[in-house]
Amino acid sequence: MSHLSDVELRVRALESVLVEKGYVEPATIDAIVQTYESEIGPKNGAAVVARSWLDPQFAAWLKRDATAAIASLGFSGRGGEHMVACFNTPEEHNLVVCTLCSCYPWPVLGLPPTWYKSPPYRSRAVMDPRGVLAEFGVALPAETRIRIWDSTSEMRYLVIPMRPAGTEGWSEAELAAIVTRDSMIGTAVVTAEAVRA
Amino acid sequence: MSAPDAASLFRRDAPPFRAPWEAQAFALTVALHDKGLLTWAEWAEALGAEIKAAQARDPASCDDGSDYYLRWLAATETLIARKGIASEAALAARKAAWERATEATPHGQEIVLANDPLGGAG
Repeated sequence: MSHLSDVELRVRALESVLVEKGYVEPATIDAIVQTYESEIGPKNGAAVVARSWLDPQFAAWLKRDATAAIASLGFSGRGGEHMVACFNTPEEHNLVVCTLCSCYPWPVLGLPPTWYKSPPYRSRAVMDPRGVLAEFGVALPAETRIRIWDSTSEMRYLVIPMRPAGTEGWSEAELAAIVTRDSMIGTAVVTAEAVRA
Repeated sequence: MSAPDAASLFRRDAPPFRAPWEAQAFALTVALHDKGLLTWAEWAEALGAEIKAAQARDPASCDDGSDYYLRWLAATETLIARKGIASEAALAARKAAWERATEATPHGQEIVLANDPLGGAG
């Protein structure tokens, strides 16, 4: 005798009913899983950040119309229909959250990490952003303002971290390699040591 | 930079899907969206409501985000029932059919709905 858990049975029931009624095809389901498990991820966002560090015109475009600038690098679609790029500066640090559920810019960051979906992050990022950042090991200067961006199904945010000192002359690929997922959510800053240490 | 707190909830991480069913549930919703059967605005509202209801039942229930795809699945079931795509009763009947098919399938063999001794319909 075989065994499936209650939730596995529910998913099988849902899928078989939807397939039978012609709403979804099994091959489509497999393709979607494959895409989000291995093809889409923070590497895409890192490419956007690295380009913006090297190309002031691209950075200006990103500021003006992030959706189009990001699409020009080939990253668009589900969850990226309306993007805003939030540029970190010495005066202002950006932090992204979704207080309602887990809206997240899939085309540039892939699927959200577990903590992004957790209630403590979703509530504390708004109430105590400095405390949350401290837990991530980030201590900002007292004079740096923290701006919170609450994602919605309509609008998704990509944080553009500051380019770290000591990266002068680096190639686009070298720069992209030090841009972490968390730095593009705002729960980390980018350092040059990551790769060259 | 101070040392990250290793005990913090926020340091826990995991691959996007912890089990195949999570990936299946995720992909089904995306496929319904791609077919124009739901909008992301409707989706965010439904998922948000499920998460809120779960927290109301047990405030600590999803603190580590581990039952996130349970909420995801429930939101999909609710939304497709509301839209008349498949009723709660139809899904329950189909689930029972899969359960019978599973019990009738020898261990190690592929579980298919046709193994349901009552015929798999439902």
